[in-house]
Amino acid sequence: MLKITDLKVSYGMIEAIKGISFEVRDGEIVTLIGANGAGKTTTMHAISGLLKPTSGSIMLDGTELTQIAPHKIVSLGLAQVPEGRRVFAEQTVQENLILGAYSRKDKENIGADLEYVFSLFPRLQERSTQTAGTLSGGEQQMLAMGRALMAKPSILLLDEPSMGLSPLLVSEIFHIIEEINQKGTTVLLVEQNAKRALSIANRAYVLETGYITLSGTGEELARDERVKKSYLGG
Amino acid sequence: MDFLSYLINGLGLGSVYAIIALGYTMVYGIAKMLNFAHGDVIMIGAYVAFFALNNFGLPLPAAVILSIVVCTALGVTVERLAYKPLRQASSLSVLITAIGVSYFLQNAAQLLWSSSTKVFPTIIPNGGISLGALSISYLTLITITTCVLVMICLTLFINRTKTGRAMRACSEDKGASTLMGINVNRIISITFAIGSGLAAIAAVLLCATYPSVFPTLGAMPGIKAFTAAVFGGIGSIPGAFLGGLLLGVIEIFAKAYISTQLSDAIVFAVLIIVLLIKPTGLLGKRVREKV
Repeated sequence: MLKITDLKVSYGMIEAIKGISFEVRDGEIVTLIGANGAGKTTTMHAISGLLKPTSGSIMLDGTELTQIAPHKIVSLGLAQVPEGRRVFAEQTVQENLILGAYSRKDKENIGADLEYVFSLFPRLQERSTQTAGTLSGGEQQMLAMGRALMAKPSILLLDEPSMGLSPLLVSEIFHIIEEINQKGTTVLLVEQNAKRALSIANRAYVLETGYITLSGTGEELARDERVKKSYLGG
Repeated sequence: MDFLSYLINGLGLGSVYAIIALGYTMVYGIAKMLNFAHGDVIMIGAYVAFFALNNFGLPLPAAVILSIVVCTALGVTVERLAYKPLRQASSLSVLITAIGVSYFLQNAAQLLWSSSTKVFPTIIPNGGISLGALSISYLTLITITTCVLVMICLTLFINRTKTGRAMRACSEDKGASTLMGINVNRIISITFAIGSGLAAIAAVLLCATYPSVFPTLGAMPGIKAFTAAVFGGIGSIPGAFLGGLLLGVIEIFAKAYISTQLSDAIVFAVLIIVLLIKPTGLLGKRVREKV
């Protein structure tokens, strides 16, 4: 479904991603784990078009994303939940969700998807007329995820969804990620919380200073001594 | 009674400032730049209306529409040619470019139409309505009504339409807006189009009040309206409205009760005081530091 080949991304003179290749197959949960500064968010931004790669290819179902205007990518079925949530703080919860459906042509189905998002996140329904800036961190994360789902993506990119959340909320968010996946959405997950991420992932890649150094199934990597030592706290 | 008629005249003048200030504030809110060429778009609008009425003998509505069309096209073209290539540049470069565009338009007007002042025809009959001892001129009535209509339409557009919601999203976070599928460049173009179209309306109202057309015509109303936008809180649409009206009223009161010569100085002194007390302007948003 999503195939990245020899991707390189630079910030000015500094090369952050030094040629990585990986793929996400239909229906999978794939996770990219790695330390701060390994290039996880850079990779995500390159896929969703916010950053222009210096070279390499990003294919989504046979379409080369690097050749497409960034705002057109979401309508091809790829939605991103950005790091730090980035909800529209001055707009209401409902308006944020409607903006998520901005690129959709099938207006008649948007109402049903709003119901679906509210069923996943009942708290968003309770707060639908509040401005997003007044929500707690966990609620904003739910809103950012709901907003991305409103685009009805076939693949959902999640960048650090657990960041800054209490352990209880992290469990809730990961549970919902699995639920979204079971309903048929492919997931690419970037996480510092490697233990959690590996526990729900079909496959995983380890990103270290711009290179992919390890890959395997979630279980394999969770048992791997190097991963244990570096990312799972021994 | 004097007080009331000064107040109404102030609101009339303030309405023109408010319409111009909307252009500054919308462009600032979305493109995060100060478009110092905005005043010169007004000047071009004034010339277009002048030629349409005087040389081509068009009726007033047609002249206004022609002026709006030309200004809208000019605003969008200036953005595309001068500002869009600088999207990733520092804000200082953009500011200098805007000043450059301003000089370019003024000098182009001087070259094309000479620096001599042209007399704008009378478009709104003198006289007015009387409410007891108070009389309000037709011009003031029309100006205030136009401003209120503009404000209502703009508020509905921003809050109720898909494009309006996209504009608000872009003013908050362009990256996240792109992720929603919003074409940020298109939204910026639309913003310039709306601001410049409003400049044309302001140009006609301005020329109806002060009937002379010359190449630097837009400079003073431009800087006053910019002041109004900052006064009300730049980036805020209700702020531009409030700032414009207050600035007009303060200016007329200063002229009437203190000194005609000092009125501009008083206007700017009030701005300085407001900014000292409330640096974001009257209705400005508190800028949150990102952690």
